[in-house]
Amino acid sequence: MSLVNNLWDNPGTPLENQRFTWRDMVGQPISKLDDDAFTRVRIILVNGLELDSLRLKHIAARFNQELRLPMARLRRVEQHQATMVNWLLSADHSPLETTIAYEQVAIEVTAAVAQAEPDPYQAQTYRFGLLEDFDHLYRYSAMLDRLEGKDANNILQGYTDIVPGRATIDEHRHPADDLRQPYAAHQAHVLTKIHSTLITAAEYQTHDYYMNIGPLFADPVARQLYAEIASIEEQHVTQYGSLQDPGESLLEKLLIHEATEVYTYYSCVETETNPRIKAIWERFLDYELGHLAEVSELFKRHERRDPAEVLSTVMPAPLPFSSQREFVRGVLHTEVPLRTNGTEFVPLEEESELSLQQRVILNADGSPTNTVSAGYRWSPGTELARNVSNTRS
Amino acid sequence: MENHTKLGMNRTGIQMAPLQGPDQVAYAQSRPAHPESGSAKDIVVARGSYILEAERVGSVPLPATGKGLAEAAKGKMSGVHPEVLFDKLGERASYERSGVRLYQAMIGKVEAIEHAEQAALLHDLNHICNEELQHFGLLTRIIKDLGGDPTAQTPSADISAVASLGMIQVLTDPRTTLAHGLQALLSVEMTDRASWELLIELARESGHDEFCSSFEQALAAEQEHEALVRGWLRKLVMAEAM
Repeated sequence: MSLVNNLWDNPGTPLENQRFTWRDMVGQPISKLDDDAFTRVRIILVNGLELDSLRLKHIAARFNQELRLPMARLRRVEQHQATMVNWLLSADHSPLETTIAYEQVAIEVTAAVAQAEPDPYQAQTYRFGLLEDFDHLYRYSAMLDRLEGKDANNILQGYTDIVPGRATIDEHRHPADDLRQPYAAHQAHVLTKIHSTLITAAEYQTHDYYMNIGPLFADPVARQLYAEIASIEEQHVTQYGSLQDPGESLLEKLLIHEATEVYTYYSCVETETNPRIKAIWERFLDYELGHLAEVSELFKRHERRDPAEVLSTVMPAPLPFSSQREFVRGVLHTEVPLRTNGTEFVPLEEESELSLQQRVILNADGSPTNTVSAGYRWSPGTELARNVSNTRS
Repeated sequence: MENHTKLGMNRTGIQMAPLQGPDQVAYAQSRPAHPESGSAKDIVVARGSYILEAERVGSVPLPATGKGLAEAAKGKMSGVHPEVLFDKLGERASYERSGVRLYQAMIGKVEAIEHAEQAALLHDLNHICNEELQHFGLLTRIIKDLGGDPTAQTPSADISAVASLGMIQVLTDPRTTLAHGLQALLSVEMTDRASWELLIELARESGHDEFCSSFEQALAAEQEHEALVRGWLRKLVMAEAM
């Protein structure tokens, strides 16, 4: 398939030709040690997007008789896509190591999105959330070090800093302070729609992952840590989900979701360094174009509208998958004290009273994120390596 | 698959980022910890409060047969706690049963990987696997003879299985080498030997000398298993290194 500016119009692989076998889905995983961290970032991001696509289509089918079969057909392929992608993660990743990778996704992808986002308010929202996921990485890195005796940088591969962000203890807010102003569908750039779909999907996946693996830990402190951060991820899903225009129709949202999947696979194809994984992204880009074509037909038939009204006609520049260190440090330097009051971002002293009250209740017995990282500074090889080195000298 | 250690593009470790690494380290050291006070000890303290409140993972099942109840009563009257013996018998039975599955996984790995001494290694692994199964059978019979339920999962059996989870992961991962598998099995066998030694002492102190002869035979077999696994591991690693 040749990549052209207007990818939307490429018919891709017809749905009936999108086939899998179990052997196909369960292939060779990546190497935790040898593959580039951004290969894992792409895997996690795309899996989150596929799972969100399933979620949205299930909801769509519950509300619409005529969409039930088309949604079911699309979902079946997406289920198998998600399996093939998620099963690329190798079993030598401990749940906590995978968690580090999830936070790297949240940081590096959100930072890239924040810079590309044309709407200043939406960009501010991404920067705001970014600093919170950045703090989660610091807390989980301390936990990985102090629970498993491992260095989080072996997952991050030097692309992402491990220092505190906006302290998680200060991230707990009242629901009213997690809602954001939505974009206006008829005015918003297609990239704005794609970004909110993508980041909401990623955060949803992170939330669900933490909710599933939290109870797998025997350590009560780790269980507490996942409980606390999963709560913030629910806030993030609330925040990012609320960026979308609630006036968009169901099919409009489905159309944007498919376009987001096309855009993300296209970005993966453009940046992947592992040829075996790149072949999967190319195959699935063609599959997603097929899905977009299917949903476009549904959109035209049921809404009598042109998909170009929603997606415009030009594919945006691909998402970069690379370290956003300098941008993140800049945001960290200036925006940690930022808080919210309703949908507005405000200085520390103007934070909503509702959120302050909420925080007092939740943190009354202490904060797990503070417990795990008390006095923690990341060092190569873990803090024990630094202690040993200090003992010698 | 390849069955040897190789040099390659491992991307972990700070040396893989010669330009960014020093900057990353300096930046991390320049930012204060949050919270600044405290240490890893805070986690220990938090765990401590849970330990104080914790209930156990579960209990040893009450004997459902008259014989089992009689055994329990006899033990209580003589001042020993027969539930401890039931618990540890359950643990060993479960461990030996899981051991069979571990060796079956290892045998499959050896069969799939071309190796100069494949036949000899398979011979030893099959020998060990069969004896693990025999030990499972022996323990099942003894638990039944004492009036216990050999199908129940005792607390020590449960926790021992938690400890073994990593072994299963190592032995069934297609990417692990024969040496990786043998290293995992060495841990299994070392634990197995020490656990049989403990079980013999426990049976004797609980007034069950009648089991000790068969337990001693099992221990001798486990000592042989450990020696065989240790020997194969040494042979493979040294052959690869030299």
